[in-house]
Amino acid sequence: MTITPSVRVQAENFDLTEETAKLTAGRFDIGAVVTFTGLCRDEGGQLSALELEHYPGMAEAEISRIAERAAERWPITGLTVIHRFGKIAPGENIVLVIAASPHRQAAFDAANFLMDFLKTRAPFWKKEHLKSGQDNGWVDAKDLDEQALTRWEQA
Amino acid sequence: MIIRYFAWVREKVGVDEEQLVLPDSIQTVGDLTAYLATIDDNHAAAFAEADTIRAAINQEHVDADTPIAEAQEIAFFPPMTGG
Repeated sequence: MTITPSVRVQAENFDLTEETAKLTAGRFDIGAVVTFTGLCRDEGGQLSALELEHYPGMAEAEISRIAERAAERWPITGLTVIHRFGKIAPGENIVLVIAASPHRQAAFDAANFLMDFLKTRAPFWKKEHLKSGQDNGWVDAKDLDEQALTRWEQA
Repeated sequence: MIIRYFAWVREKVGVDEEQLVLPDSIQTVGDLTAYLATIDDNHAAAFAEADTIRAAINQEHVDADTPIAEAQEIAFFPPMTGG
């Protein structure tokens, strides 16, 4: 049986402890929970905020497609993905992935896979605002992120 | 057909979305990007590096060869930088 991942795209912050508790409440089949939280860096003190633009509708749909692929590939028993949009200050949360499984390897792999695909396939774009008041423009996509996908190719 | 733009493609074109009636000769996403680049200076600037720009039809990623006949909504945007 494959699970139904919980996917949310929201402006509000999220709470890791609360989300983990929600995923594991009343469950006795989960032996491992892996969480990944992506936070906003200040880029050496230069950045005042990141502005995340997203494609409403497609963002949820694309994350769900990635999550379903992960759920088909690994024996995971729970999956939560939350991605924020709007203005986010240094130190604040941007993205959360929680993967649960009976044994740890599937949870580690699924969380890793999700983040790699999320970065390059989920329709979000970051713009940098500097403390100087300057708009530093749109963040360029990294070739390394694209290359990271190749490790998930199956023979 | 509704055409939507995001991030710097949106900023260069100057609008979030627009409704266009397309000539019949435009069959694929690649045909459409080439056509959009001819509309005016803003579109030309946005689509100057057409190879960089990604596209989605009905909110799913597609490539330049994809036919647009079934599209209700086509979006153009830069490579994604979420996560």
